[in-house]
Amino acid sequence: MADTLTVAGPGPSAPVPEFPMPRAAGCPFDPPPGLGAAREEGPLTKVRLWDGKDYWLLTRYADQRAVLLDPRVSADLTRPGYPLQAPSNGTNNISFILMDDPEHARLRRMVTAPFAIKRVEALRPAVQKIVDDLIDEMLAGPHPVDLVEAFALPVPSLVICALLGVPYDDHDFFQENSKVLIRRDADMADRAAAHGKLVGYLDQLMGEKTAHPGDDLLSGLVARVRSGELTRTDAAQMGVLLLLAGHETTANMIALGTLALLEHPEQLALLRDTDDPKLIASAVEELLRYLSIVHGGRRRAVLADIEVAGQVIRAGEGVIMPNDLANRDPEAFPDPDRLDLTRDARRHVAFGFGVHQCLGQPLARMELQVVYGTLYRRVPGLRAAAGIGELPFKHDGSVYGVHELPVTW
Amino acid sequence: MHVELDEPKCVASGQCVLAAPEVFDQRDEDGIAFVLDEQPAGDTLDAVREAVAICPAAAIRLVQR
Repeated sequence: MADTLTVAGPGPSAPVPEFPMPRAAGCPFDPPPGLGAAREEGPLTKVRLWDGKDYWLLTRYADQRAVLLDPRVSADLTRPGYPLQAPSNGTNNISFILMDDPEHARLRRMVTAPFAIKRVEALRPAVQKIVDDLIDEMLAGPHPVDLVEAFALPVPSLVICALLGVPYDDHDFFQENSKVLIRRDADMADRAAAHGKLVGYLDQLMGEKTAHPGDDLLSGLVARVRSGELTRTDAAQMGVLLLLAGHETTANMIALGTLALLEHPEQLALLRDTDDPKLIASAVEELLRYLSIVHGGRRRAVLADIEVAGQVIRAGEGVIMPNDLANRDPEAFPDPDRLDLTRDARRHVAFGFGVHQCLGQPLARMELQVVYGTLYRRVPGLRAAAGIGELPFKHDGSVYGVHELPVTW
Repeated sequence: MHVELDEPKCVASGQCVLAAPEVFDQRDEDGIAFVLDEQPAGDTLDAVREAVAICPAAAIRLVQR
C-alpha cells in the first residue's frame, strides 16, 4: 500500500499518494489537502487506488474538460486500465453512465425528453408546492429537527417519484438500498444485493405499468420495451439509475448547501433578503462549484494514446479527474476557495463534462433554485443545533454531504 | 457570425437554452437542441458565446461566413 517504494510519480522518490484522500479536520467544505498538493506538483500526477495500481490524476480544469470531451477515453469499466472505485465483478449493471457511444447515446436519448428545460420549468410550481408544504410541516412540528430527514431528502425524492411514476410510500425501501449502493466501503455482495432488490422493485413496477400505463417516465420506458428498443432488464436498470441519481445528489446539495450558508452568514443573508431569480440561480451555481459533492473523481480508461499537458498518456492507462479540484482551479475561478454567491460560477464542472454530463441537471438546478430561494426566507432564524465538529459527514460515500443536520429556529 | 449546431453530438443537456433562449430550443421528442436564430447580434451573441463555452458536448460553434 502506501509504504511501497515504486517510483511512478513526478518526484524522484516521492511515494505515490493514495486516492481518495481524506479531507482536513475543520475544513469540511474544502477538497482534501492532498489534492491541493497534487495541483502544486503539476497538471498531471499519479495516485494509487485500493487495487495497489497507479493512475493518472488530472489537476486542471482545462485539461479535465478536454479529456472528458475526448472520444479516445472510455467510461466503460470493463476496459483495461479503468480506475475502478471498488472491487467489481467486471459487469456493468448501472446502465448508460458506464457505456460509450453509440450505445450510450441510444439509451440516454430515450430518457432525455423529460429533462428538457421547458419540461422542467413546467414542474416548478409543483416543486414549489412540495417545498412549501414540507416547510409548513417542519414549522408545525417539534424542533430541533433533522433537516436531512424532514426536508433535504423528501424534496428530491417526491419530485423524482412523481417524474418516474414511483410510489413515494416506498421511499424507506429505495432510500435504504440506495445508501448501500453509494457507500464506498460497502462490500461487493452487499452492493449487489441492494442493486438486485432495486432492479427487482423497478421491474415489478414496470410490469404493473404494462397493464396500466401512466403519464410518467417509467411508462415511457415500458413502451420502449414493448416496441423492442429496450430489454426489460435494461429498462429496470435505467429506472434504478434515475431513481438513485434523482434524489441522493440533490438531497446532499440541499443539506450541505444549507450548512455551508449557515457557516457563511453574510452569504446566507444575500439569499434571505432577495427574490431576484438571477441571484438565486447564481447562488445555486456557486454552491454547486464550491461543494462539488460528487467527490470520487470522474474516471476513464484511455483507448488510444492522448496528450495531456505535453505528456502522452498511453492506451490502457486510467485517468481520474476530481471535479472538486477543477472547480477550485484558480485559473478558472479567481480566489477559488471563497464562497461568493454573486460570482459567475456557471462554467463549473460539478455535473461533469462531455457526453456523460449529468442528465438530470436541469431538474437539479430548478429544485435547488426553489429550495434556496424559499427555505431561508421562510425560516429566517434557521440555525444549526449542533456544532460543525459534531456533524457526521459522508466521507464514506461517492456523494459527499452530511448524514444528519439538526437545525432549529 | 453564424451559429452552427452539430446535432449528432448534442446530448440534450439544454445548457444552450438556459444561456441563450432566443437562439436555441429543444425538440419535444428527445430534447436535442436546434437553432432558432442563426445570426444573433449584440448581447445575444455574447449569450451564444457562453452557450459555446458550457455545452458539455462541444456541439456549438460560432463561425464567420
